[in-house]
Amino acid sequence: MNRTVLDLWVGFFVALGIAALLFLALKVGNLSSAHMSETYVLQAKFDNIGGLKVRGPVKSAGVVVGRIAEIKFDPVSYEAVVTLNVDGRYQFPKDTFASIYTAGLLGEQYVGLDVGGDEKMLKAGDTIAKTQSAVVLEKMISQFLFSKAADGQDKK
Amino acid sequence: MFSPASLIRKLGHATVERIWRLGFAARFFVAILRLSGTSFRRLPLTLREIYFSGVLSLLIILVSGLFVGLVLGLQGFETLQRYGSTEALGVLVALSLTRELGPVVAALLFASRAGSSVTAEIGLMKATEQLKAMDMMAVNPIARVVAPRFWGGVVAMPLLAAMFSAMGVLGGWLIGVVFIGVDDGAFWSQMQAGVDWRYDVWNGVIKSFVFGIAVSLIAVFEGYDSVPTAEGVSRAITRTVVTSALTILALDFVLTSFMFRGAS
Repeated sequence: MNRTVLDLWVGFFVALGIAALLFLALKVGNLSSAHMSETYVLQAKFDNIGGLKVRGPVKSAGVVVGRIAEIKFDPVSYEAVVTLNVDGRYQFPKDTFASIYTAGLLGEQYVGLDVGGDEKMLKAGDTIAKTQSAVVLEKMISQFLFSKAADGQDKK
Repeated sequence: MFSPASLIRKLGHATVERIWRLGFAARFFVAILRLSGTSFRRLPLTLREIYFSGVLSLLIILVSGLFVGLVLGLQGFETLQRYGSTEALGVLVALSLTRELGPVVAALLFASRAGSSVTAEIGLMKATEQLKAMDMMAVNPIARVVAPRFWGGVVAMPLLAAMFSAMGVLGGWLIGVVFIGVDDGAFWSQMQAGVDWRYDVWNGVIKSFVFGIAVSLIAVFEGYDSVPTAEGVSRAITRTVVTSALTILALDFVLTSFMFRGAS
């Protein structure tokens, strides 16, 4: 069996294809940055999750520290149970506050972890006790309107 | 001639004929898989087919990818400009290419460039009774002729789709950043934040792999099943292109609904 010119072309073709795949993976996708080797699971219960989506980011101080793994509805307490996959490199205190924020005015919603001062850390499988629900725009507007109306009546 | 009874008879005949062919195609697929040992033991056979269907399709794939990227860049910029979010151009171009356009358009081009030539080759071999001659010499034509062409297409297709997408992203970058002047850093960083390796890029690769199997199977089957005349071979080539295109688009819908349902 001898090497032929054809082999060279096929080799060139395969190399080019793999280069294109690598380009897509490293330069276009975020294989390099989204590498979370070990994660642990935390849970948080919310009264209202708004438009939170599975695979959405979990951020602390604006840095992505995990992803939302699952969103369920608890039929007993009528709350939303959000399961978070948190990067194993980061530990959070027991009294961490989980809130649902919106990135920008029309952006996606994410879970923000506001760190408390407790000495003890949350372990895998723990539930975050303190949570704040998503801001529902309609509720906010109606509150604003009602308070305005109340102001108006006070002045009379 | 056009009595209702004969119409119904024709319809029934056509339906039975289609189902018959479908069953034969399924059996043919199994036969290819069973007899594909030769394609891997005698690698030069398959390499030759990768050369013919892959390397020779390089030019059309790369050039079309570039132009699709250029158009996406222009159109995307036009629309995004209205909302003042031209930095999202990178995400737009990359997501459209890796999720849909890369696999689908590359597969359509591949079907018309490489699939049709495979059908023509096998059909002419059948018309000139080369396949029968091989059978006479105790060489199984499916193992020797059909399987290498099938595997050549299956290997070449995902690589071509990846090149198409990569070329398209470069085209979008060329229009967006070099010609129009979108910020280079924002273009790439928004793209990297918005495109997920597993979810977007890898699903696109799976799509192109499935399309590769579908197009290659249709191409070799139409060639093998063609009527061994000049007219029959030309009809088989037409059928390859038409059936491939329809199959690709239908499969794309099915795969998309499986892959990208629900979450963002």
